[in-house]
Amino acid sequence: MEKTGSSLLDVTYLDTLSYQDTPVHRLDPRVKVLTTLLFIVCVVSFNKYELSALLPFVIYPVVLVALGNLPLGYLVKKVLLAAPFALLIGIFNPLLDRAVLIHLGSVEISGGWVSFASIMLRFVLTVSAALILVASTSFNAVCVALEKLGAPSAFTVQLLFLYRYIFVLADEAWRMVRARSLRSFGGRGMELKVSSLMIGQLLLRTLDRAQRIHRAMRCRGFDGEIRTVRRLRLGYRDLLFLVGCSALFLFMRLHDVPRWLGDTTMALMR
Amino acid sequence: MHMADALISPLVGGAMWAATAGLTAYGARKLKEKADDSMVPLMGVLGAFIFAVQMINFTIPGTGSSGHLGGGMILSILLGPCAAFLTMASVLTVQALFFADGGLLALGCNIFNLAFFPCFIAYPVIYRKIAGERPTRRRLAVGAVASSILALQMGALGVVLETLFSGISELPFSTFLFLMLSIHLAIGVVEGLVTAAVVTFVCKAHPEILEMAAVPRPPARPAMNNVLAGLLVVTVVTGGALSWFASANPDGLEWSMFHTSGKEALEAADQGPYALAARLQEKTAFLPDYGFRPVEQETATSGEGGAAAEAGKGKAEDWPDVSAGKSLSGLLGAAMTLLLAGLIGLGLRKSQQKR
Repeated sequence: MEKTGSSLLDVTYLDTLSYQDTPVHRLDPRVKVLTTLLFIVCVVSFNKYELSALLPFVIYPVVLVALGNLPLGYLVKKVLLAAPFALLIGIFNPLLDRAVLIHLGSVEISGGWVSFASIMLRFVLTVSAALILVASTSFNAVCVALEKLGAPSAFTVQLLFLYRYIFVLADEAWRMVRARSLRSFGGRGMELKVSSLMIGQLLLRTLDRAQRIHRAMRCRGFDGEIRTVRRLRLGYRDLLFLVGCSALFLFMRLHDVPRWLGDTTMALMR
Repeated sequence: MHMADALISPLVGGAMWAATAGLTAYGARKLKEKADDSMVPLMGVLGAFIFAVQMINFTIPGTGSSGHLGGGMILSILLGPCAAFLTMASVLTVQALFFADGGLLALGCNIFNLAFFPCFIAYPVIYRKIAGERPTRRRLAVGAVASSILALQMGALGVVLETLFSGISELPFSTFLFLMLSIHLAIGVVEGLVTAAVVTFVCKAHPEILEMAAVPRPPARPAMNNVLAGLLVVTVVTGGALSWFASANPDGLEWSMFHTSGKEALEAADQGPYALAARLQEKTAFLPDYGFRPVEQETATSGEGGAAAEAGKGKAEDWPDVSAGKSLSGLLGAAMTLLLAGLIGLGLRKSQQKR
């Protein structure tokens, strides 16, 4: 309960972040959606023991956080909060894969630990990329971008509606939960039966609300089609960002930059 | 049971994206054919309802912990399969974007596991069959429980298969399957009970709501089933065949990449009896190559590509010091990369604040 409640507050906070005015926020949402997807695909496509070549990809979240004036500590906290699933599945790798992979002097590191570290690194990169996307782009813009990129309009309209009413219904559910906890002591009222009735109540209210909304929409000329205001223009900055990022990702995908840096430094020191 | 990006391969993620994109387009078209404009706000608000419901938690009988409702089944019962699928897909998208619950590439997998199974399989095959044309409250309840359990079991199976085909996790198939299925059996029973209670409550209070979803039967049901079955088969076959190919022939793939690009590019050569044997046999010689692979032929360490290839053939004696050197330069490079990235970030932030 606390978790969901606070994470809904988080949505509000992410929403306010997305209305800033920085170079990152000004980019065309389509460009940001595509770049984020490409980033994730590149990161995920490495083989499972890869560590060093994944590191340079840190540059993308770092640059966007810096340019987009996004709160680093907050994003780190969100990423950590989402970590348990990947951690839970990934932690089996060190237990099951014990073949030694790396020798550091006398220390031997097993393949399981390497692939576990790789999983966690991938996790941090992909999750932060997705969070940065919504923190730097308003949700409406994301939906318009999705529609422009070919998603069915029934789906994008659904997303817009959902997003609009999450806050309203969360408030309503919150009031019900508060009322229950004020009237019950020692875990009473938490039984399946009471909770199901509450959910049923909330459902009936929700359905009533849907009817009212529908009538209100009809009164304003709704004919089954929702027209979003589209003012997207691809500027040269957007194209530059898209092409630059794609080239960078592909370069980092094909070349192990840290290894090259390390080798060169070692050669210079010799 | 939301899957994360970190645990899937692009192949699996892409295949599931394609499958769900097809299903979404199909659902949207079907919905348009119905041309019932009251569905638009209804779906939107019910999607938000699924979020709000998660705040009303309950004690799970027998244990002290508390749980909340997932939602795919209840949406199908209220809205019918197509609208429920779109609604669930939007809920999962918002969860992926704002709550970091499941990744963007894994979104296809998650929609498939948590929306496709309840809406297009469990609802028509189980729930409708049990509830029948003129459902009594008892039949509604039994149908809701049975279909919720089955939907979650299929979803859990989906998670296991997708993880397996991706080959990132080391979890053996049978153990993982057993764990997931038994955990989700328990979750499914609870979810089913809550769903049944809510549905019977609604049936008592407003019976017309349930009829609304049940009555307009799409006449093209058989065609739809064929399309869906086809999609499913194609997904499983391509995903399965391709990943089997990739993991069963690691040496061939590696060999061909080595010969075409002049460097030893490594693929996940971790599964199958051959790789196991190789791992045991050449523990020290062959595998150090995985951690930090030689890439740039034109740098000072140009000999290493050849050395690696030779070592792969079994010349293990000169390896330990080479690998230590490689690891050291790898660590050095990694540290430098992170330092550089951090400096760039700091510099940009500073210049941004000055403005």
